[in-house]
Amino acid sequence: MLTFVCRRLLSTIPVMLFIALFVFSLLYLAPGDPAALIAGDQASQTEIDAIRVTLGLDQPFYIRFVGWLGHALRGDLGVSIFSQLPVTTLIGQRLEPTLSLMLLTVIISVCIAVPMGVLAAANQGRWIDRIVMAVAVFGFSVPVFVVGYLLSWVFAIRLDLLPVQGYTPLAEGFAPFLANLILPAIALSCVYIALIARITRTSMIDVLSQDYIRTARAKGLGQGPVLFIHALKNASVPIVTVIGIGIALLIGGAVVTETVFAIPGVGRLVVDAILRRDYPVIQGVVLLFSVAYVLINLAIDLLYTVLDPRVRY
Amino acid sequence: MTIKSNMIATGDLFPSEPRRGRVATFVRRHPTIVAGGGILFLMVLIAVFAQWIATIDPDKIAPIKRNREPTAEFWFGTDMLGRDLFSRVVYGARVSLLVGFAVAVCATFLGLVTGLAAGAYRRLDMVIMRLMDGLMSVPPILLAIALMAAVGGSVFNVILAISIAEFPRMSRLVRGLVLSIREQAYIDGAIASGSSMPKIIVKHILPNTLGPIMVQATYICSAAMITEAALSFIGAGTPPSIPSWGGIMNEGRMLWQIKPYIILFPAVFLSLTVLAVNLLGDGLRDALDPRAASRI
Amino acid sequence: MPILNVSELRTHFRGERGPVRAVENVSFTLESGETIAIVGESGSGKSVTSLSIMRLLAGGRARSSGRIEFLGRDILSLGEAEMRKIRGNEIGMIFQEPMTSLNPVLTIGRQIAETLILHQHLSRAQARARAIEMLRLVDIPAAEQRIDEYPHQLSGGMRQRVMIAMALACEPKLLIADEPTTALDVTIQAQVLELMADLQKRTGTAIILITHDLGVVADVADRVIVMYAGRTVEEATTKDLFLHPLHPYTRGLLATIAKLGSSLDDNAASRLTEIPGQVPSLHESIPGCAFASRCPLVTDLCRHTAPSFEAVEPDHKVACHHVERRLQA
Repeated sequence: MLTFVCRRLLSTIPVMLFIALFVFSLLYLAPGDPAALIAGDQASQTEIDAIRVTLGLDQPFYIRFVGWLGHALRGDLGVSIFSQLPVTTLIGQRLEPTLSLMLLTVIISVCIAVPMGVLAAANQGRWIDRIVMAVAVFGFSVPVFVVGYLLSWVFAIRLDLLPVQGYTPLAEGFAPFLANLILPAIALSCVYIALIARITRTSMIDVLSQDYIRTARAKGLGQGPVLFIHALKNASVPIVTVIGIGIALLIGGAVVTETVFAIPGVGRLVVDAILRRDYPVIQGVVLLFSVAYVLINLAIDLLYTVLDPRVRY
Repeated sequence: MTIKSNMIATGDLFPSEPRRGRVATFVRRHPTIVAGGGILFLMVLIAVFAQWIATIDPDKIAPIKRNREPTAEFWFGTDMLGRDLFSRVVYGARVSLLVGFAVAVCATFLGLVTGLAAGAYRRLDMVIMRLMDGLMSVPPILLAIALMAAVGGSVFNVILAISIAEFPRMSRLVRGLVLSIREQAYIDGAIASGSSMPKIIVKHILPNTLGPIMVQATYICSAAMITEAALSFIGAGTPPSIPSWGGIMNEGRMLWQIKPYIILFPAVFLSLTVLAVNLLGDGLRDALDPRAASRI
Repeated sequence: MPILNVSELRTHFRGERGPVRAVENVSFTLESGETIAIVGESGSGKSVTSLSIMRLLAGGRARSSGRIEFLGRDILSLGEAEMRKIRGNEIGMIFQEPMTSLNPVLTIGRQIAETLILHQHLSRAQARARAIEMLRLVDIPAAEQRIDEYPHQLSGGMRQRVMIAMALACEPKLLIADEPTTALDVTIQAQVLELMADLQKRTGTAIILITHDLGVVADVADRVIVMYAGRTVEEATTKDLFLHPLHPYTRGLLATIAKLGSSLDDNAASRLTEIPGQVPSLHESIPGCAFASRCPLVTDLCRHTAPSFEAVEPDHKVACHHVERRLQA
């Protein structure tokens, strides 16, 4: 098991290196002089030269990359051009809202989507299945910002039940924290629910046709135990895989959701950074999200051994 | 010996299905293809004939007519600069559909080239698939945002950025299909009879991959439309001078609490269009049953 | 009172091209402690008959009519909750594929204990103790260790023993064994059959044995029902059936074995595949005798009118228009 973890960790190194290289070269994809690009339209030549020296642009590409990578590995992602603060500090300040939003979304989505998919599979071809599938298509089709505005309009503006926008840190109490976060989390969970419900249905339909399900029914087990004990555990590997891969959708969605609901998170940070062309911040956020995504999926690979006794590493 | 068969219960426990005509059968079997195709066709018409459908020049600024509610003159109201929202939304269909279709084509092309190469040539497989793993490890919207931040806003760049973010999935799909088709006996036969690899690909492999690729392409199209709108919405997409649904929503952000219709109309059009493409994709998937295609 | 009384059971499936008439008018009775074998080719409706008795066919796609009386209650008219109390408790079932019929992600101990907790309301600890007992009963060595293992850690024969332990855990009055030995090695087959016979002596369970293997039938069954294209064609005591088969189909089956000149225990030879012609499609409604298309004695009467299933001797029923001719001969 331990050797497997080490092997899998080592196997992510090429992917991580690729991410690092991609993030690093972002700055150089832009046409023209990166220093001038960063300095902005009104900058003087001396300012541009100063930036060039700070960025080490007078050195060859690979030396700069190795240097940057070395710093990144030690947790130094550079300094924001706009605020002059270290990128890690900026991200650190913004991490709580984003993590809270994503965690709440995952909880809501799994709690809704898995039973939905199970029900659809158990009633394959009947109206409940059709409704679930229709909901899933809508989940895939209505973009997160549209759902966000819709929810906000109904529950915050029309009904005045919840705050329209903003974020309250957890330290200031759970109720206001949740009140601010629930609408964005629901908005963000739509596409995720669609994704998970669909794979749950497919996987469950597959499992429900297996011989051991017939055995379970022949034992006199009711629909509940058959579906949620005998079938769901067998169907779980594709489901958790999609939950992991779907994190990519959540990350993209979080960036947009934070804009809709004015949540001061990492997503908002990167949006502001784009408008200001604050490259070190963009690089830092992309790097962080991508590495987190790879690690989450690694963790899910390890979860397979728990879910299926036949899987041995 | 007595014959008692007339005493035994006969007849069927299920009634047989009524017969229908061809069109009726198609509509009944694939209602999603019909509905999705219909809505999409309508949207394409709107995009193509935007000039005639739009009531006013979408870029015409009229400061005295700012922030009007929807009326007979301005069907969807006006924005902060007094531009007619109906006309802007109608023109917005162009960007959305253009980006959706263009990305579907580009990503399919890139995915086909890399996937076929990886599936057909063992030596390339390793390199290409590691590259795809790398690209897929960056969440697609984030990848597109990062690229857009680097190259700056234009329709061409949006198409390019989203294509790069989306094509690895197509590449994987194509590679998987090629590998499974290679196992078939007739490919061995073709190899044995001396056909070259490119010829085998074109003659035997490509035709057998079309179904799943088509379905995946529609999924990419809908994902691209959403990504394009998201990029424009956060200000990293098409330049503000070109009306796009995401862009109109971005401009309406400041005032949405008092003037929600600025956001509502482009949102409805966007959602409806994406829904149409998704319905079409699901219908095609059910009709062709290529299980291999996936959304993620 | 018989344990089971099936009369005029019909089960149809909803198919793409209209209904599939899997079981047409099957009737038989089963006494306590008796073993009855249902024999037929694949597609003859024997498995569907057993699944109809358990009511395990998907409601939307399969429908049954007729009567299935189990200890005086009509199974077909019971509610689902009442039916669940019968399944696994009063009627146990063993399936053909031990490799796939056990849940791969649950320990075998849990799968056995589950029935006991559900039907006998035992505590977890009691159920576990009883599960170990059952594993010992079916001759699984080191039962205390095996109980925490998963199905993939066991051999095929072991798994079928686990299936038997599971099916018999609640001491059912009726055990339905659907091809219990088909997927096993010949030596293991004998062991499993012996085990079932042994357990039957101890518990007095009635057994319905579904099989296409006449060798198995000769070994264990008291009576045999022969099915063809969803219908029962002959029913007799095992000895009578082997010595005086009356239906041309049954004769064909037995002749197949005789021609191949092998003993009934020889697995490969006793498969029922050597009669010329094809089983009629279950999609079509067959007005006459289902075997008419392959029957050497066929007449116009056979093609147009279905023969009734009647006792021609005590304990010997057959569905054939030409039985009298045969009896006289």
